[in-house]
Parts: sequence; C-alpha cells; structure tokens
Amino acid sequence: MLAFTLRRAVQAIGVMIAVGIIAFAMFRFAGDPVSQIVSIDTPAAEREAVRKSLGLDDPVLIQFARYFVNAAQFKFGVSYQFRQPVSTLLAERLPATLELAICATIFAMVFGILMGVYAALRRDTLLAKLCQAVSLIGISLPTFLIGILLIYLFAVTLGWLPSFGRGEMVRIGWWTTGLLTVSGLKALIMPSITLGLFQMTLIMRLVRAEMLEVLRTDYIRFARARGLTTRAIHFGHALKNTLVPVITVAGLQFGSVIAFSIITESVFQWPGMGLMFVQAVQNVDIPIMAAYLLMVSLIFVTINLVVDILYTIVDPRLRATVSRPA
Amino acid sequence: MSDGVVQQHTKTAHSGVGWFRRAVDSDLFYSFRRSKLTMLAAAVTVLFFLLAILASVLAVQNPFDPAQLQLMNSRISPLWTADGQSPFLLGTDEQGRDVFSAILYGLRISLIVGVLGVVFAGAIGITLGLIAGYLGGAVDAVIMRIADVQLTFPAILIALIVNGVAKSVFGNRLDPTSMLAVLVVAIGLSFWVQYARSVRGSVMVEKNKDYVAAAQLIGLPAPKIMLRHVLPNTMGPILVIATINLALAIITEATLSFLGSGMPDTMPSLGTLIRIGNNYLFAGEWWIVAFPGIALAGLILSINLLGDWLRDALNPKLR
Repeated sequence: MLAFTLRRAVQAIGVMIAVGIIAFAMFRFAGDPVSQIVSIDTPAAEREAVRKSLGLDDPVLIQFARYFVNAAQFKFGVSYQFRQPVSTLLAERLPATLELAICATIFAMVFGILMGVYAALRRDTLLAKLCQAVSLIGISLPTFLIGILLIYLFAVTLGWLPSFGRGEMVRIGWWTTGLLTVSGLKALIMPSITLGLFQMTLIMRLVRAEMLEVLRTDYIRFARARGLTTRAIHFGHALKNTLVPVITVAGLQFGSVIAFSIITESVFQWPGMGLMFVQAVQNVDIPIMAAYLLMVSLIFVTINLVVDILYTIVDPRLRATVSRPA
Repeated sequence: MSDGVVQQHTKTAHSGVGWFRRAVDSDLFYSFRRSKLTMLAAAVTVLFFLLAILASVLAVQNPFDPAQLQLMNSRISPLWTADGQSPFLLGTDEQGRDVFSAILYGLRISLIVGVLGVVFAGAIGITLGLIAGYLGGAVDAVIMRIADVQLTFPAILIALIVNGVAKSVFGNRLDPTSMLAVLVVAIGLSFWVQYARSVRGSVMVEKNKDYVAAAQLIGLPAPKIMLRHVLPNTMGPILVIATINLALAIITEATLSFLGSGMPDTMPSLGTLIRIGNNYLFAGEWWIVAFPGIALAGLILSINLLGDWLRDALNPKLR
C-alpha cells in the first residue's frame, strides 16, 4: 500500500519534471525573450545588459534549475502582453475558471445521473430514446457550436440570459465570486451547460450501462424476492453501486473540464484562465502559455494521484493486484 | 439456371473484377447493407467529400479571391427569405462573400487538414507502436510512458501549445499554406497515442506467432518483418481509430480556427467561417454562422456514425 502510493507519487513528480522541461524549453527557446522585452530601437549594448540581467548567459542547466525553483514558488516571469507577473494574472482569473468548472461538473453529474437512471429503467420509452439522441449530439457537436446555439436561442432570440461575462461580482478577500448575485448566477447558466454537456453525456452513458448491468445481478433479484419496494431496489441498491465508477470518472474528468474551459470561456468571453491562455497563444505570450501548461498539469497529476490512492483505500481487491511488483 | 449463376460467380472471382465481387460478398458489406443509418451516414460523408472536391465547379465565386467579392453584395439573406438574391443560395457575409461558396471551399480546407492530420498522426503512432511492440524492453517502456502521460492531457491543449510554439518560432505572420501545415503537425502530435497503443498491443500478440518466427529464420531484416508481415495484421483496429479520429481531427481544426489560432480569414476553414459569422449573430444575420455550423455538425455526425458502425462490424465478439 505504502509502496504503491510512493511509486505513484514518484511517477507524478516525474511527469511534472517532464512538463517542466517542456515549459522551460518553450520559455527559453521559442523566440528570444530579450526581443520581447526591449523595443526595436534599443541599442545592442543595452540588449546585452538585459540579457545578462535575465541570466540568459548562464549555462542552460543553471537556467533550468532557476526556472524550476521559481516555478515551484509560482513565479512564472512577466507576461509579454500585460507587463505584469504571470502569477498575479493567473490568480486573478483562477476563481472564474474554478467556479465555472465546478458548476459544469455539478450540472453534468446531476443531469447525467438522472438521465442515465431514467434511460436504464424505462429503456423503451420515447423520453429514454430522446436521452440517447441528446447524448449522441453531446458527443458529436463541437463545444463552441453548442455555445453559439445557446447564445442564439437564449440571448439573441429570447433575451433571457446574458451572452458574455460573469455579471456582477462580489469580492471575498482575493476571491471574486458571481454566485452571490442574480446576474452572476444568470451568467453562469449557459457556460456551465456548454462546458458540462460532454461530461454529462459521458456520465449518462456510464450510469445507463452500469445500471443495466447491476439490475441483472443476483443480489437485485434477491432484493426483489425479499419484497422490497421497486424504489428501494432501484435507488437504494442499484444506483448506489453504480456511483463509485461515476464519481471516479467525474473526478478524473475535472482536469479535462478545466482544460476544455478554454473553448467555453472564449465563446462566452468568460474572464478566466482559459480565455487568457487563448489570447496568449494568439499573441505568442510564452510565459503565460508555459505557466498555464504547468498549472493544468499540476491539477491533472494531483487529481490522478488522489484518485489512484483513494481507489486502493476504497476497493481492497485492487490492493492485491497493484502491490504485486510490475 | 442456378448452375449458370454459380459458374459465372466463380468465373468473375478469378477475373480482374474479383476484388469487387469479394467486397460485395463480404461480411462487412452485408452488415453495411443491413443498417440504413450507416448507409445514410456513408452517403452524407461521400456527398461532403464530393462537394469539397468539386468546390471550384459548384461555387458561384472563389471566396479566397478578393477581386471577385463586391461590397454591394454584402449581408444578403438566404435565397428563400424576402430579401434573398440570386445567385446567393445561402446569403452573403459582410464582405459580400457567398456563404455557400465559402462553405464549399472551407469544407475543402477542413477535410484536407483532417485527413492529413489523421495520416500524420497514424504515421507517427504506427511507427512508434511497431517499434515499441517489436523491440520491447527499455524502448517500449520509454515510448509507452510518453504515451501514457500525453493521454492524460486533452488533445486541444496540446494542439494549442504546438500552435503557439510554431507561431513563436516562425513569427506571428504565417502564410495560410504554412498555417495549414502547422495545423496538420499540431493535430498529428495530439492524436498519435491511440494508434501507438493499438498497434503495440497487436504486435505483442502477433510477434509470437509462427509466421514471424519463420520470417526471422529465413533472415528477413526486422523492419521488413514489421512492415510487410506484422503490420497488415494490425490494420483492423487502426481503420476504426482512423475513422473516429478523422471526426476528432476535424473538430480540433475547427476549434483551433474558431479560437483564432487556426486558418486565417483569407483562407477560411469551416471553423474560421463560424468564428467570423459569430460576430454577426447579434445583428440578426444568423445565416453567416448557421450554415457553416450545420455543415460542420453534419460532417462530424456522419463520420462518427460510420466509425461506430465500423467498430461494431469489425469486432468479432459482436457478430
């Protein structure tokens, strides 16, 4: 158990170092950092001074070590576009992205589980088939098209919801939230649906498949024989057993939700990290790109690690297989 | 009478069109004919490819040529509405570009990038998968470790980063053709993992079979055994992955272009057209974004349906 946890932790650190090397290589070799900072008519001597002050004359290994030490303290350099430290910019935009990602995940779980259970229990009804059709669309339609469609329907035609931004926000310390105002909540609805739709589809298909499988097992038959109510069998026994894989998938998908918020944030002009990343790619703002890559990797790696460890705690059968030397 | 049919049947099987007969008689074609939805999806996909190939014949103007665009013709609504004007079937955008012609040319770009991206990803993935599976050991461990790590990251993130780095290295003003190449590379680097894993798995099974041992005994070089003997036996799953990945590659290209990191306005793909059209949604000019969107959705949906069918049809467990 401990050996497994340690091995996974070492692997996670290995991944972070690999991503760090990529981020450093982007930062250092993709374009000249000096020419991004000075203006075109800066004399050569001054350029050299800037070069020296940035430490770009040191051996590459030392530069990498320095980048790494700085990154570990969340110092990612200065953005070329905004002339501000990247970490400040990221911290400003983190709440927006996290709120959106959490709302999208909640939406995906609630509706995914409801639709999945319904589609499994009432397999032949029209509504169940409709759920299946919606899931096909959720997988086939690109995220940005869904966003545009929602904007056209609810913002342009009906005028019910705002089409961009976060609405009015309340500041709690350094965290800004849109959850406490009506306009903020309204602004959250469409982006959350757009971002969560793919995950909802995934969860719905998973719940449906798991439910169908569980309902065929002996213990469900036994529960029926005991004369339990259908409701107790379906929700108390069957659904409960499908939830472990569902929560795992939802947890593992949370990283992708944050990464995919790049698209949703662009469609709705949501002032989060994803929108900043897209603008950084367009304007070749390498420090922001590298920092975003590191941040998202850290989130991914942490979630994977936590899920792996939780799994071995929750499911003792897994411990036997994983503790065998690979 | 029935004798005659049988005779003719065996005769054609040996002649030049034998492969056609074999294809029609195959299990695959049988399952294809039985599914109406698959046939529809195939017809729609073929139609889209034909529209893209015949774009220059079918379009009323070349939307890439500024000389053919007239501002007089800007923002005309589709033909069947009150303000519609011939020959602009689906209306025009703000530059006087015919939406239908732009879709045809955009479809061409989207399909070129998608197909080349899938081919490039397949080339990388198959090569690495063959090497990893055939050689095993440390090489295998390194390649599959990289694949595992990459698989945890969404393709769109990798594609965006490749894109940003390319822009930084080559300067921010790439001409449209180089941009197309960058997109192909970005998509290729984002989607190779699945091929590598699938090929590696098949190779590990195949390499212990007698025919590989025989090939090794007669002294064939390893690359030849891999390419000529092992690879053909791994093609089934690759075909399925390639079909599904074509849809994913087209989505990725469209997304990159929509985000403004893909094809430029001067040589738009479907994604670029949707981005341009999106700016006019609030002005009520829905047709500029709606029709490219419908084209993209229809294309992806039909390719996905084909991919799903192919996966089930090639899966011996489901027969």
